[in-house]
Amino acid sequence: MSRENRLIIAGFLVSYAALAAGALFGMLQVIERIPGVKLVSSELYYRALTAHGVLLALVFTTFFIMSLATYVVTRELGLRETYSTRLNILSYALVGAGTLMAAVPILAGKANVLYTFYPPMKASPLFYIGATVLVIGTWLFGANLLLTVRKWRRGRNASVKLPLGVFGVVCTLIIWYIATLGVAAEMLLQLIPWSLGLVDRIDPLLARNLFWYFGHPLVYFWLLPAYIVWYTVLPRLLGVRIFSDFLARVVFVLFILFSTPVGYHHQFMDPGIKAAWKYLHTVTTFAVFLPSLITAFTVAATMEMAAKRRGGRGLFGWVAALPWRDPAFSAIALAMILFAFGGAGGAVNAGNNLNYVVHNTAWVPGHLHLTVGSAVALTFMGVSYLLLPVLTRRPLRSRRLALAQVWLWGAGMLLFSGSMHVLGVLGSPRRTYDVTFGGHPATQDWTPLLAAAGAGGVLLFLSVLLFLYVVARTLTAPAELEAQAEPEVQVPAVPPGMVDNLKLFTAIALMLVLVAYTLPTLEILSMGSPGAPPVPMD
Amino acid sequence: MNRYERAWLFFAVLMVVAFLGIIAYFNFAAGLKPPQEAEVIDPLTLSTDERFSSPRVVEVVPGEEYEVYMVARMWSYYPREIEVPAGAKVRFYLASPDVQHGFHVVGTNVQANVIPGYVTVIDTSFARAGEYLIVCNEYCGKGHHFMKARLIVTEGER
Ligand code: HEM
Ligand SMILES: [Cu+2]
Ligand SMILES: [Cu+2]
Repeated sequence: MSRENRLIIAGFLVSYAALAAGALFGMLQVIERIPGVKLVSSELYYRALTAHGVLLALVFTTFFIMSLATYVVTRELGLRETYSTRLNILSYALVGAGTLMAAVPILAGKANVLYTFYPPMKASPLFYIGATVLVIGTWLFGANLLLTVRKWRRGRNASVKLPLGVFGVVCTLIIWYIATLGVAAEMLLQLIPWSLGLVDRIDPLLARNLFWYFGHPLVYFWLLPAYIVWYTVLPRLLGVRIFSDFLARVVFVLFILFSTPVGYHHQFMDPGIKAAWKYLHTVTTFAVFLPSLITAFTVAATMEMAAKRRGGRGLFGWVAALPWRDPAFSAIALAMILFAFGGAGGAVNAGNNLNYVVHNTAWVPGHLHLTVGSAVALTFMGVSYLLLPVLTRRPLRSRRLALAQVWLWGAGMLLFSGSMHVLGVLGSPRRTYDVTFGGHPATQDWTPLLAAAGAGGVLLFLSVLLFLYVVARTLTAPAELEAQAEPEVQVPAVPPGMVDNLKLFTAIALMLVLVAYTLPTLEILSMGSPGAPPVPMD
Repeated sequence: MNRYERAWLFFAVLMVVAFLGIIAYFNFAAGLKPPQEAEVIDPLTLSTDERFSSPRVVEVVPGEEYEVYMVARMWSYYPREIEVPAGAKVRFYLASPDVQHGFHVVGTNVQANVIPGYVTVIDTSFARAGEYLIVCNEYCGKGHHFMKARLIVTEGER
C-alpha cells in the first residue's frame, strides 16, 4: 500500500474516532434534555456540548474531507501520489496537533464556550491556539493539493478540462481559503491576544461578524465534498454518466461566488447591523440556494436515467429499480432525501421574518442535523462502505449490517430532527441543559417532543455503533480481494470553457465579499464600543 | 440544456425571487424590521447608567406607548417581571454587563441578541393578553437554563 493510501486511511480512522466520541456526547445531551432526567451537572452538559460541536463539526468533517480530497485528486488525475506526500503528512500532523491542543482544555472543562466561542466568554488560550494550528494545517493541505493539480497541468495536460471531481475539490479549497481569512483574523487580532491578557477588552459584535464571515462558508466546506460524491461517485456506482457535467460545474462556481457574503443570516437578531445589510445578505443567501436546487434536479435525473436503464418504469415507479440493497447507494440516497428537508428548513432560517421565530431555538440543531449531520455525515458513511474495501482489499462485513445502519439512521433522524423542529417553532431554546424553566406552563407541550427527540437520539447513537462495528469487522478481516485494477483514468480531452476559469470567479467572489462586508464592518468599528472584559468559562 | 432542466431552473429562480419579494415587503413595508439600532455602552458602567441602574417599564403615553429598560446578566433579567397593556407600542432596551445573552418571548416573534458593549433595541407590540415566558436562548454559562422572566400583557383599557 502506498504511503499516501495509508495516510488516507489514517485520516478516515481519526474521523471515525471523532464520530464515536461525538455521538456518545450527543446521546448524553438528548437524554439529559428530557424533563425529569438528571444525569450530569449543567457544567458537564456544556462541556460535552462543546466537545460534541467541535468533534463533529470540525474534527470529523475536516479529517474525512482531507482524506476524501486526497483520494479524489490522485485517483481522478491518475497519480500515484500528491505533489509532496511529506507536505501532506505534515498537514495532517498539524491538524491533529491543533485538535489535541484544543481537546485538552475542552475535556478539562477550561473551554466551556461551545464551538462558536463567542466572546467575552473566555476559554483557555490553548483552545484558541489549537484551533488556529488546525486551520494552518488545512492551509498546507490545500496548498499541497493545488500544487498537485498545477504540476499535472504543467505536464501534457496544459489545455485540458479538470475532471469534475478534481474541479469540485479545487472549488472547495478556494471557498475554504476565502472563509478562513475571517476566523484567522478573529483569532489573531482579537481572541488570542485578549485571552493571553495582552489586551483588556474585546468587541463581541466584531467577533461575531468575523466568526460568521467564516461560519457560513464553513458549511459549504462540509457540503461540497458530499456534492462531489453525489456528482462523481454516485453515477459510477449506478453505471451511468452524470446528467450534465456543465451544470455540475456551474453549481460549484455558484458556491464560490455566493457562499461567503451571507453571514448576516446568522446575525439577523444582532444590534448594530442595519436592516438593509441584513437584507443584502438575505439576497445572497437565496442566491446560494440555487445551486442546491440545480443539484436536486441533476442528481434526480441521473438516478432516473440509471433506474430506467435497469428496467424501471413509470413516472415515479422507477425509484423501485434503484439498487436499494447496496448500503453505499442507500446511504447516499437517504442523505440526499434528508437534505431536501434540510434545504426547505434552511429557507425558513434565511427568510428573516421567519427567523424571528426560530432563531436560537431547538429548530436550529434540528436543521443542522439534517444538513451536516445527515447530508454530509451519511454520505461520508456511504463513501466509507465503498472506499474501505477498495483501499484495503477487504470485503465489506457485512452489507446487511451496513444497510441496517443506514436505515436506523433514517428512522432516528426522522424522530430526532422532526421533534426538534417542532420544539423550535414552540419556542424551546437550543443549547440549554434544562428547558422546564421551573415548570412554567408554556413548557408543558414540550415534554413529549423532548422525549421523542431523546428516543431518536438513542437510535442515532446505535446507528453510529453499528457503523463502527462494520468498519472494525471489515478492517480486521484478512485482505482477500484482488488488487483492484486501477480504474482507467479517462480525463476528458475537452478544452476548458468559460466555466473552468476559476481565477476569474475567485476574483468576483472576493469583490462580492467586499461589497457585502466592507461598509457594515466599518460601521461597527466606527460605533467605537468600549468592548467587554473577559469572563472565564471554567 | 434539456427541456425539463430549463423548466426546473425557471421555476427555481422564480421561487427564489418570490421569496425575496415577500421578505422585502415584510421587512421594509410591513414593519417587521429586524433589530438594528444600537448605541454603544460600557458594560462595566451599567450600574451608573441612568437607564440601566434602575431597569424598569416607563409609561410614555399611558395605554399606548411604553419603554422597557432591561438588564440581561448571568443568570437573570432585571426586572424579572414586566407588565404592558395589549396593543400598546413597546420599545425594549436591553443591555448586558457580562457575556452575550438571548431574549425570546416564547410563542411570539419577539427576540434579539444582547451583546455586551451595545444596547439592543426592539420595537413591537403584543396583540393578545396573557402571561408570557421570556427565556435566554443564547448560551451564557452554567446557569444559562435559569435565565428567564415573566411578561404580563394586560387587557388594554379600551
Ligand atoms: C448520535 C448522533 C447525534 C446525537 C444524538 C446528537 C444530538 C445533539 C443534540 C441534542 C444537540 C443539541 C444540544 C443543545 O442544543 O443543547 C446537538 C447539537 C449539535 N450537533 Fe449533534 N447529535 C448527533 C450527531 C451529530 C453529527 C453527526 C453532527 C455533525 C456531523 C452533529 C453536529 C452537531 C452540532 C454542530 C451541534 C450544535 C452544537 C452547539 O449548539 O454548540 N451532531 N446534537
Ligand atoms: Cu449560514
Ligand atoms: Cu443564557
